[in-house]
Amino acid sequence: MRQRVVSHRFATKRHMAVITVEDISKRYIIDHKKGKGSNSIKDAVVEQFRKLFNGKNSSDAERIEHEEFWALRDVSFAVEQGDRIGIVGHNGAGKSTLLKILSKITEPSSGRIHIRGRIASLLEVGTGFHPELTGRENIFLNGSILGMSREEIRRHFDEIVDFGGIEKFLDTPVKRYSSGMYVRLGFAIAAHLDPEIMIIDEVLAVGDAEFQKKCLGKMRDVSASGRTILFVSHNMTAVQALCNKTLYFERGQLIEQGETNQVISSYLSKVSKTRLARHWATPEEAPGNDLVRIKRIELIPEYRDNQNFIDVRTPFRVRFEFWNMMDKANLNLSLHLNSMTGECIFNVGTQSQPFAKGVISGECLIPGHFLNDGTYNVSVMIVKDTVTPLYNMEEGLIFDVADYREGVAWYGKWPGYVRPQLEFHTEMMEENILND
Amino acid sequence: MKTHEVVIQPGRSEKHYWRDLWKNRELLYILSMRDISVRYKQTILGTSWSLIRPLTTMLIMVFVFSKVAKLKGDPGIPYPLMVLAGITIWTFFANAFTQISTCITANSNLVTKVYFPRLIMPLSSIVVSFIDFLIALGLFVLIAIWYQFWPDWHILFLPLFMVLALLASFAFGLIFAVLNVRFRDIAQLIPFLVQVGFYACPIAYSSRLVAGESWYPLYILNPLVGIIDGFRWSLLGENAFFNPTSIVYSVLIISVVLVISVYFFRKRENTFVDDI
Repeated sequence: MRQRVVSHRFATKRHMAVITVEDISKRYIIDHKKGKGSNSIKDAVVEQFRKLFNGKNSSDAERIEHEEFWALRDVSFAVEQGDRIGIVGHNGAGKSTLLKILSKITEPSSGRIHIRGRIASLLEVGTGFHPELTGRENIFLNGSILGMSREEIRRHFDEIVDFGGIEKFLDTPVKRYSSGMYVRLGFAIAAHLDPEIMIIDEVLAVGDAEFQKKCLGKMRDVSASGRTILFVSHNMTAVQALCNKTLYFERGQLIEQGETNQVISSYLSKVSKTRLARHWATPEEAPGNDLVRIKRIELIPEYRDNQNFIDVRTPFRVRFEFWNMMDKANLNLSLHLNSMTGECIFNVGTQSQPFAKGVISGECLIPGHFLNDGTYNVSVMIVKDTVTPLYNMEEGLIFDVADYREGVAWYGKWPGYVRPQLEFHTEMMEENILND
Repeated sequence: MKTHEVVIQPGRSEKHYWRDLWKNRELLYILSMRDISVRYKQTILGTSWSLIRPLTTMLIMVFVFSKVAKLKGDPGIPYPLMVLAGITIWTFFANAFTQISTCITANSNLVTKVYFPRLIMPLSSIVVSFIDFLIALGLFVLIAIWYQFWPDWHILFLPLFMVLALLASFAFGLIFAVLNVRFRDIAQLIPFLVQVGFYACPIAYSSRLVAGESWYPLYILNPLVGIIDGFRWSLLGENAFFNPTSIVYSVLIISVVLVISVYFFRKRENTFVDDI
């Protein structure tokens, strides 16, 4: 134990940057053409002739045809020995381009990267697998494509077969494999790479829950051994669990970098398409009809310290105000909470009671530890005499509930619509039943 | 252990490129093995296809040019042997050239996902075509024995012409491979080029037939002419027509094209993935 502390201190003391990225940009030229493909010689020849006759300045119309697109723009960061870096951002934010540049698959348009150490990148599971070849042949093929020597592959062969669980199908062409077996074999090979720096792109998006668990376990082992990892994922739970630092990209730029929890919370609060509050100043502009009009609908979370997004623990209130234009009516509110796929999670209503003309409010408290993670919307209906709907405001609010787990080494999607914290416990009833 | 350092910059080719290429020789071996073992999977006749193809081509050529068109071969050499020698070296060139030209796009699943020196792919195309060539050469030997035809000291020059054919396919193939990444027209153009080449080169006929023509000096600017004539000469002896000037042209043209194409390939290989 003591020795571990010492060696750990030694490792942190060195602070060696294994990857230094300085002002990296990547520009693509997009050809805007209608209908036909633009990658033909004819187009290139025509373009050359146009240049020849029109001089160097092409007209505005032509300039639009070749639009610049910056997949990455002025990105700089440094990775230290043993860092586990999460890379998050929307699709098209430049994450994959960054990985491709770091893996030398394509080169940057400008900037400079310095890498110290052998890199293995895993942008896909089973790269180069040939469907006609057997599992055994593909292990050697894929292994050497990923940079292993045949000697190394031979050494790890049994472990790979075992980890992938494909003993029985070793001499079957992989085109006969199920997609699950294919992915397992691919990951099993990659898991036995032994690089100093490992780059992984969303590998966990494939495979079943059990397999994902296995993969994450393996990645944990790899990171525990002090190797450097760069990990792109949309699974925030996995990033949170595995990575100590996180880079957040948006439209080709590095928006934020730093300690994982902090970056992820700002990412979540930025990306959510949430509509947490709506307010109308006068009845004229408000939605509704001659009888009732909506004044305000809002969601009020009760955040913990320093938190700015809703997770599965966060209790919140839905507050609702409307103008009643009727002199006297028996009214009640009915609230539907729906998943984004349209299923109703629950429906609650207030007691019907008589109201005079004026502004009426209603409030519903939804406790923490109740909803599962996901995106939800709230609809509110105003009902007269408990049977006649006067107005239904659909998707009045939209909000995200982020995941949160403690003491669980499993990061797959938690099943179910709700995730209540019910009383559920185990206890030892009788010891040593085997030694009767 | 020395730490492995890499600097990535636009336009900067890997400093240790050729050493990297050498380190990846196992990958070259495995990719070649893949292409060889995959080719005849799910066929009944299997590897015998690599014998059937040149043999049937030869029989058709012999029938069409010797029996129908009544072309004269070189004196003292059986016409089928002359044709087969031409077909053997031409098929090697044409196969290697075709496969190199399309090797980057054919391996796009690798190019977009992993780094390795991209020259591995054309090299592996050469290995595969060369093995086919050796099989076809074996066929030639069997048929030469059937005709009781024995080679003489000229055979010592055989490797020279084999190497030249190999370099020619590599030099021309690389340029087309790079172009094909950007312009898929190339893939359409290649079968056509190969077909034209078949008649533009002395395969079904002897160069002796055109040596007297006024355009003969232009004819031997085709680097394949010298290679095919030389290959035949080294296999079939002094009776086969061989003009030493033509091989000088071949060597010069191939050297120049080789330098240009390797330079061109190296310059473009780092951004193949952007166009593929």
